[in-house]
Amino acid sequence: MTDQTQAAPVAESRVLSTPRLLGIGVFLLVVFVLVPVFISLSGRWDFYYTLTSVALLSVAAAGVWLTFYIGRINIGQGAYALMGGYVSAVLMTQYGVSFWLTLPLAGIFCAVVSVGIGLPILRLRGVYFAMVTLVLTEVARLTALALPITNGAKGITSIPLPGELSIFGLTIIPDFATLANPKLAFYLMAALLMVLTYLVLWRIVNSRLGHLCRSLQQNEELSASIGVNTAMLRVLAYAISSFFGGLAGAIFVAISQSIYPSSFVVQDSVNFMLYCFLGGLGYVFGPMLGTLLLYFGWDLLSIAKQYQLLIYSGALIALMLILPNGVLSLLDKKGGSK
Amino acid sequence: MEQILANGLYLGAQYALIALGLTLIFSLMNVLNFAHGQMYVFGGFVTYTVVAQFGLPFIVGLIASAVVLAVMGALIEKFLFRPVIRRSKRDESTMLLAAGIAFFLDAVILLLFGEKQRGVPKIVNGVFNWDMRLIMPYDRILIAALAVGLIVGFILFMQYSRTGRAMRALAQDRMAAQLMGVDVDRYSMIGFAMGAMLAGLVGGLLVTITGINLGMGGPTSIKAFLMIMIGGAGVISGAIAGGFILGMMESVGLTLLAAYGDVTYLMIFITLMIFLAIRPQGLMGKPWG
Repeated sequence: MTDQTQAAPVAESRVLSTPRLLGIGVFLLVVFVLVPVFISLSGRWDFYYTLTSVALLSVAAAGVWLTFYIGRINIGQGAYALMGGYVSAVLMTQYGVSFWLTLPLAGIFCAVVSVGIGLPILRLRGVYFAMVTLVLTEVARLTALALPITNGAKGITSIPLPGELSIFGLTIIPDFATLANPKLAFYLMAALLMVLTYLVLWRIVNSRLGHLCRSLQQNEELSASIGVNTAMLRVLAYAISSFFGGLAGAIFVAISQSIYPSSFVVQDSVNFMLYCFLGGLGYVFGPMLGTLLLYFGWDLLSIAKQYQLLIYSGALIALMLILPNGVLSLLDKKGGSK
Repeated sequence: MEQILANGLYLGAQYALIALGLTLIFSLMNVLNFAHGQMYVFGGFVTYTVVAQFGLPFIVGLIASAVVLAVMGALIEKFLFRPVIRRSKRDESTMLLAAGIAFFLDAVILLLFGEKQRGVPKIVNGVFNWDMRLIMPYDRILIAALAVGLIVGFILFMQYSRTGRAMRALAQDRMAAQLMGVDVDRYSMIGFAMGAMLAGLVGGLLVTITGINLGMGGPTSIKAFLMIMIGGAGVISGAIAGGFILGMMESVGLTLLAAYGDVTYLMIFITLMIFLAIRPQGLMGKPWG
């Protein structure tokens, strides 16, 4: 009996039922068609910048969510976003590498570094891991200040726009500098990457790897005792998480065309964690929703001037009191699945 | 050399007091209080208001800080943390709440006290000078002495008073303490209030020397986290050891590494990472599991 109830949600999520497909279709339609149409109709071009930020931040938040999924509180994503940003910026400005190549390279670089960092620190748990990762963000900022290649506090500026991407002479993505509306292009790029990221995340969660991660979240000793290679699994999940972080950093560099040691600070790392919490830790799409709500909400609240932070934090606390398990916990059936 | 040691001890005394409050809250409720730095800033501003604006003596300002922060801590525990801990599925949910409170306090401080750097006049004038080998202003010595006095007082309170004993029981085993008839809710509230009060007291003490401004909250929290990681979370002796070790490292680092630019904290962080890889639970923390 218990077996059945536990297996049910997994089986359900694996099958692409019609309403689920419909939901994904509507989501894609909204992201890629309705939002641009709405913006061009209403003339609020500044929303592009906000929504692009939401998309790239939710890529990083997806990584944080994955570390939550193995039962670790990760407040260090800002470190990897900063690292990825610098890798992309340095490669573009000093070695003339195309942006589209630096995008995966930034991610891979972060993943490799995170294996080195993760091996010792992933032995920590709970609050200890949270605090170490928080410190990690600060380490990244100080390293960026101290290293010569990052140009210290002055940062790297006037980074070129993404160039054209072509295969066998066939242009897939045109040069951003020649576009009439680069804002739209950036939005579409960030949104596409966001969709791909969550597709990958969803696939991971509903694979063997995802099940193993869940076993880590519930009881690490128990899963080790039945032969799960917990040490490798932790590092793997953390590396994937950092890959997303690096990716987000690289997109950020392309959009802002500059990077400074203070581009991603402790505050950002804490925010990534908040996005995940707010959306709900039990749901793959939680971080996306959390990012949208918090970042967009913050942006809209700018009309409240000096009371912006007060209202924002008040709403955050109130939400926590009403829905301590995240916004998506509204979807939970009464006393239903975990 | 004497100068470095004295600076380290002075820094260590105030750091230890900050870490004590954080570790107390952590040990009682398993809550990582992100708002600790903001509470410290709030305490500093209360003292500033009482001393510089109302013209009352410094000691009144210090007591006012302690009282205001204790009440604030008690209310936060009763109306925010308790319901969330009861209803959330995962312990970590309290971190979102704590971060939300940190933002909220930042906003309140900004609205109430503004964003300017504030300070109060020196409480004692003069400089202690031992043969040019050790130079220390008297007010720093006084503050360090007060901080050490408060630490000793706190330890005695936890060791010998009925409330302190109840809180230690709670930290060891919540369930068992409840079964022995300890009023868990009441002592959690007192514990949180005391933790907040300690943060406020440090703020009040340091406003006389370094002054206080809105931006100090976050970095103070990070330093406090560092200290309890060094010493071991939830252990009182660990918090004190962590505070003094960090103070000493900072003092030594600032002197020795000055030639290489601002790398002291980078070195401290890297040392900490290596240390935690070898001893994850800190110096005096209990291993989990």
